[in-house]
Amino acid sequence: MKNSKLKSQKSKVCLVSLGIPRGYPERSEGQGKTQKFRTFKFLLVVFTFYFSLLTSNCFAQSISSSDLINNAKAYDGKIVSYQGEVIGDVMVRGDFAWINLNDAENAIGIWLPKESVKIINYKGSYKQNGDWLEVTGVFHRSCLEHGGDLDIHAASVKKLSEGSKVIEQLNLGKQKATILFLGLALCLGILQILRMRR
Amino acid sequence: MLLRPQIDDIKTIGYYLGKIVLGLGIVMALPLVIAIAFGEINPLLDFLIVIGITFSIGFILTTLCFTRKDLNWMQGMIVVSLSWLAAMALGAIPLFLSGNWKSYLDACFDAMSGFSTTGLVLVQNLDHLSYTHNFWRHLIMFIGGQGIVIIALSLFVKGFSGAFKMYVGEARDERVLPNVISTSRFIWLVSIVYLILGTTALGITGILNGMRPVNAFFHGVCIFMAAFDTGGFSPQSQNILYYHCLPFEVITIIIMILGALNFKLHYSLWVGKRREIFKDIETQALFITVMITFFITAIGLHQIGAYPKAIILFRKGFYQLISGHSGTGFMTIYAPQFIKEWNHLAMVGVICAMALGGAVCSTTGAIKMLRIGIIFKALLEDIKRIILPEQTVIVQKFHHIKEIFLEDKQVRAALLITLAYIVLYGLGAIIGTFFGYPFLDSLFESTSAAANVGLSCGITDIGMPAALKITYIIQMWAGRLEFMSIFTLLGFLVAAIKGK
Repeated sequence: MKNSKLKSQKSKVCLVSLGIPRGYPERSEGQGKTQKFRTFKFLLVVFTFYFSLLTSNCFAQSISSSDLINNAKAYDGKIVSYQGEVIGDVMVRGDFAWINLNDAENAIGIWLPKESVKIINYKGSYKQNGDWLEVTGVFHRSCLEHGGDLDIHAASVKKLSEGSKVIEQLNLGKQKATILFLGLALCLGILQILRMRR
Repeated sequence: MLLRPQIDDIKTIGYYLGKIVLGLGIVMALPLVIAIAFGEINPLLDFLIVIGITFSIGFILTTLCFTRKDLNWMQGMIVVSLSWLAAMALGAIPLFLSGNWKSYLDACFDAMSGFSTTGLVLVQNLDHLSYTHNFWRHLIMFIGGQGIVIIALSLFVKGFSGAFKMYVGEARDERVLPNVISTSRFIWLVSIVYLILGTTALGITGILNGMRPVNAFFHGVCIFMAAFDTGGFSPQSQNILYYHCLPFEVITIIIMILGALNFKLHYSLWVGKRREIFKDIETQALFITVMITFFITAIGLHQIGAYPKAIILFRKGFYQLISGHSGTGFMTIYAPQFIKEWNHLAMVGVICAMALGGAVCSTTGAIKMLRIGIIFKALLEDIKRIILPEQTVIVQKFHHIKEIFLEDKQVRAALLITLAYIVLYGLGAIIGTFFGYPFLDSLFESTSAAANVGLSCGITDIGMPAALKITYIIQMWAGRLEFMSIFTLLGFLVAAIKGK
């Protein structure tokens, strides 16, 4: 069930990217054998592309983390595109690095060449919104190189949007509540001390 | 005939509850240091607000209910069970104020999960949570792991006989040292020494693996608190998977096992009795049950071909299993993978491990190894009784720090608590099934909550029904306190209504 859904997704994506028209050309009178031959040729091309796409390993459309995690077996070893915000640390390991991209559903580990992380300026945290990246690479349900982790080995990385610093605004409501409750606690504390002295 | 509680009972309970709430208020000052260090203004205000509220409640209770009377058993048990509810309600306030929890109920869920060292989470956008709130999440695990009452005992109570009643009420019926105050202080000493060692090891590993030094040590202290107190929270949403690092996993396994050992055993090791670790019935039972449950899990994973190589199967399977057995709940896989990629047999292996737990007088939850050992010894005794001639005098012994003769009352107590846990696991599973979740998934999540583990197969989610959230909160609370103080509270409430 899931496989057929994925296959239809594959064909839809790649047909659009190749610019092939969606409908059949209308048949008009007097076109005769030439038109039939063209239709046959068109169907042949479509069939050939469809067949080749069924056996390809490419998912051009960006896939969500939930989709990847829930259908990990179907995507295993395939080339996928995944978008997300860089969160936490960029962890350089030799000539490569680990980053974690969060697409607001889950975060997934991305293994990529060290040079690729140079484009990262902001890493998501309490005080920063991280850069939003799109990576394309091989998805592993259980990576042999990395102890069975679910990860993506990125072949290309593209920055979709620059992150930003979060300017923390003082919450006036919280400020008033702080004064109120600390004041109350102080008064009660003094009362208790006075009572104990008596 | 039920006797209606007297006003003196309520005053005594209120007074000692107030003392513990004041103790909690002092502990709440620790995140202020983090807020100032990282320049986080609104989180600073969140904690000042909750400190104000906590101290106000503490002062009101200690003033209105002032008494010089000591606690009796019933009052001690009720103080403990109410302290945990108060800690949850107050500890949830800063979490809710942060805006990262959808509702106050969700914040209460995470607070109880933290205090009871469970590790199930309903937090949203964890990767953007402030250092201050993140530190608080892990600190409450540390407080809960040691025991909320232990803090009050070791820091604020000079010594009174009621201390032991509260100590027992918090599911710690064993004293390491002759009195509970020294025992509480020893537990803190052990924890602080391991905290320094563990944080250093994790921090250095983090730096070597490319993390910024500040983050490496912040994560180090948080992960240590969550691992040693067998909690399972993590500063990032991916849990341990965030680090992509084998040494980090190995260090956390060592800390989790240390957390699952009896503090009495730690004391024996500290005073040089290293052979105790091999002789003690709890460590023997732990070793055997880990082997058996891992065997079941590994067979399940092999059957379904979940992992391409044996070494990967071992790394993933053993980590989740030891995390479940020790009651920690750290994960190196995503929650849905339990359902999508592990088969029923593998899940059953982990459920059994979670249900068994670690040692008594440790920071773990669940049935615990001493009880499993005692039940096994009793079974062995009964088999011997059948096989050997009737005239034979059968004496069964077990080694738990010292040689102990097996008595019927020990077996009865062990069986009763085991039965209570099994009922608790089952009830949660039935309630989960009632809400439309498959039975095995419900049993997994229910066992995880009641045994204070924190592994999730995906049921724990902000979208789950409020009634199920409340069910898990009650399970976490009951599981952590091992029933007795909760039964006493229920009895007290019944007596207040029906008593004469």
